[in-house]
Amino acid sequence: MTTEVLQTETETRSDTDGMTRQYISFTIGAETYAVKITMVREIKGWIPTTSLPNAPDYMRGVINLRGVIVPVFDMRTRFGRGRTEPGKTHVVIIVTLEERTIGILVDAVSDILTIAAEDILAVPDQDANPEYAFMEGLVSVNEKMIAIVKPRMLFDMNKIPDMDLAGNASDENTGDMARAAVA
Amino acid sequence: MSDPMEQFKAIFFEECAELLISLEEGLMQLQAGDSDVETLHSVFRAVHSIKGGAGTFGFAQLVSFAHIQETLLDDMRAGALEMEPAYLDVLLKAFDVLTELVGAAQQGIVLDENYGAEVARAMTDILKHTGVPLSGEEDHAAAQADSGLGEVAAKEHLFQILFKPFPDMFQRANEPLLLIRELACLGRLETILDQTALPDLEDMKAEQAYFIWRFRLVTSANVADIEEIFEFVEGDCDLDITDLGPYLSPDAFVADDAAGLFEPEDTLVASSQKTTRPKDTKVRARSEEVVSKSIRVELDKVDRLVNMVGELVITQAMLQEQGGQILVEQYPNLVQGIDEMSRHVRELQDSVMAIRAQPVKSVFSRMPRLVRELTGALDKKARLVMSGEETEVDKTVTERIGDPLMHMIRNSVDHGLESPEERRAAGKDEEGVIHLSAFHRGGRIFIEIADDGAGINQDVVLRKAIERGLVHSDAILNDDEINNLIFMPGFSTAEAVTNVSGRGVGMDVVRKNIQGLGGRISIDSTPGKGSKFSMSLPLTLAVMDGMVVEIGREKYVLPLANIIQSLRPEPDEISALPDGRNLMMFRGDYISLVPLYDIFKVQDAQRDPCNGLVVVVEGEGGVLMGFIVDDLVNQQQVVIKSLEENYELVEGVSGATILGNGLVSLIVDIAAVQSLSSGPYELSETSPRPSESKTEVRYQ
Repeated sequence: MTTEVLQTETETRSDTDGMTRQYISFTIGAETYAVKITMVREIKGWIPTTSLPNAPDYMRGVINLRGVIVPVFDMRTRFGRGRTEPGKTHVVIIVTLEERTIGILVDAVSDILTIAAEDILAVPDQDANPEYAFMEGLVSVNEKMIAIVKPRMLFDMNKIPDMDLAGNASDENTGDMARAAVA
Repeated sequence: MSDPMEQFKAIFFEECAELLISLEEGLMQLQAGDSDVETLHSVFRAVHSIKGGAGTFGFAQLVSFAHIQETLLDDMRAGALEMEPAYLDVLLKAFDVLTELVGAAQQGIVLDENYGAEVARAMTDILKHTGVPLSGEEDHAAAQADSGLGEVAAKEHLFQILFKPFPDMFQRANEPLLLIRELACLGRLETILDQTALPDLEDMKAEQAYFIWRFRLVTSANVADIEEIFEFVEGDCDLDITDLGPYLSPDAFVADDAAGLFEPEDTLVASSQKTTRPKDTKVRARSEEVVSKSIRVELDKVDRLVNMVGELVITQAMLQEQGGQILVEQYPNLVQGIDEMSRHVRELQDSVMAIRAQPVKSVFSRMPRLVRELTGALDKKARLVMSGEETEVDKTVTERIGDPLMHMIRNSVDHGLESPEERRAAGKDEEGVIHLSAFHRGGRIFIEIADDGAGINQDVVLRKAIERGLVHSDAILNDDEINNLIFMPGFSTAEAVTNVSGRGVGMDVVRKNIQGLGGRISIDSTPGKGSKFSMSLPLTLAVMDGMVVEIGREKYVLPLANIIQSLRPEPDEISALPDGRNLMMFRGDYISLVPLYDIFKVQDAQRDPCNGLVVVVEGEGGVLMGFIVDDLVNQQQVVIKSLEENYELVEGVSGATILGNGLVSLIVDIAAVQSLSSGPYELSETSPRPSESKTEVRYQ
């Protein structure tokens, strides 16, 4: 159930062409997001987590990743879109954030994208909406917009801005932000 | 460590640390009076080695100080200077300065030029006083050789020396060049470098020694002088010193080149005589033995091994769990195999843990100096007596008991021991005695600090506690309870804030840190006779015995050491307080029932203690509590994993472990739950994180 991502191979490829980077795209409902491939350590099928007391609701609990305790975060909950009811097809992307390793629960992994740096568009009104801080940029692939996320901003426990997206789900801005990824 | 120099430096400082320990040990022995010549020799060697290494790396200040110290010690061991108690004091002070200088060199701090000048002067005074010139032994020997050449030529001997370093000699920070230089100081030296062992460039390892040296030395010095030069590479090389007899003609020295250097030569040798003394071969054999019996391993590698074994323990637990469901009749060999493997894994684990074990000596060795400094600062007289330094405990434990221990020793000297006048008045010896001891008992290590001071003044303690509002003014406390008040946060008996203590960090932090190590501390104090602090600590922090309990859908691990009993209470044993808390009658006392399911917000948990179980645990300060759980699962050894490594500290949880089924289970932090449960159960987001204060507090 575990797919090891061959980092060395992908890194060499991107090294030969300094202007492009590779991303792994994943879906949450109908929306597509992407994360830098060099951060992704592996992709695992969903396994039950052990919940931690008094953790935020997007923190699903911890799993045992070959002897290391790794926290798993629910991307859907983080975006204020409810709670993922994981089944056989749900996957956890294991991401390395500097010295930490975390898991991100998503619906499915869809593709490996090679994106030229100049194709990455700025997030509109980034300054006005601190919620956008977790987005590195937007990119259009086959006329579909994909938001490139910075997991560190989303789940770095000490740094995340306390954004109550769930509470603001009806708010036009935030709702649009999430939908913008699809549009 | 890309810079090889850095690597050598690191090795040098590692060695320094060891040398300083042995140096201090030697000085302690001298102080205690149970020393022999060998002690002085080892003390000298330690200083000499530090000086040598420091010279290689150019730590000038360290070298010049060590040089004076070395000269003094050299005269002492040579018998030119009789050891006197006053000298010992100077030597102890010199040791402190040397330690400081080594520390400064290691951290790259530039100390004041005059640092230690006073002690250095005291040492030169001793040397002057006894008329021994303060000259380097090299100069000394060189002067001797120079002046001696003309007149005492007849007394000169020709020595043939073979010096063949073992390949790993450099790794112990030895430098042949220094030896050769020193050798040259003894007389006229001819050096032949044998490069035959030098491999091709691509096979060469820079850190290995390949050269062999053959020397011919004309000197008035004797074999012992030559051996002394090689003293520190003993065991690291093949050394053969042959006395070829009195040196006859200066011409022969040149002429014999043709004859081939190391053939025995009749013209030169009146009576060739091998003088490698049997004593030395014995010494060499012994040190070789020591070398072959221990290796120095990077801690990282050991940690990796410990982790792997931890994984193996988990896998083994899983197999055993699965194995329990197999029908023994069907697969008898499989079941037997699993059993056998479990035993082996357990043994393997013990062996691996033993690798990390180290004697508490590494911590204890810091204490004599502390006591010396404190007695100086406080005008008290104290002697530290240590025992059980060889008692072994896991490295993580030794790393973390140092600070609490120092704090308690400081307390013993500052608060425990009386001033010399008071002691005399009380009919005691002016010099107080502090016993620091360690021993194993029942799978734990006990460390005790006992002083023969005044004991805890219970009236003062009680008064202070009442003043600070820690106890109610009409509370009736027994002796033990009063003694234990000193562990309360914010408590300090120091009447005045001194340089030594009373800066607000008290015994509460000591106790907290010891509890953080899974240990306990208790006091035993007799007024007028002294106090004894006893710590009981686990041997390792990586593994513990736990009880797996079920609460709702979750499994938690309770530290077995805290569990007193588990029971299913009868309804009439439970009574409720108005605020909704439940109390249970246990052994004649009411203990509070802690709803772990509320604290951990577990769903579908058994809330009625009479339908579930109550696990009675001992919390901080010996307080008993009952945890309501659904059921007990099993008792097993668990490998403790960090939650903070990838997440953050979770209140009420001290870590996690992986159960046999591969799932993660949380380990309950009993002390944290105790403080959580004494407040409102509904935790706020902003509740303080206890770990931060725990790790950040520094002992002053």
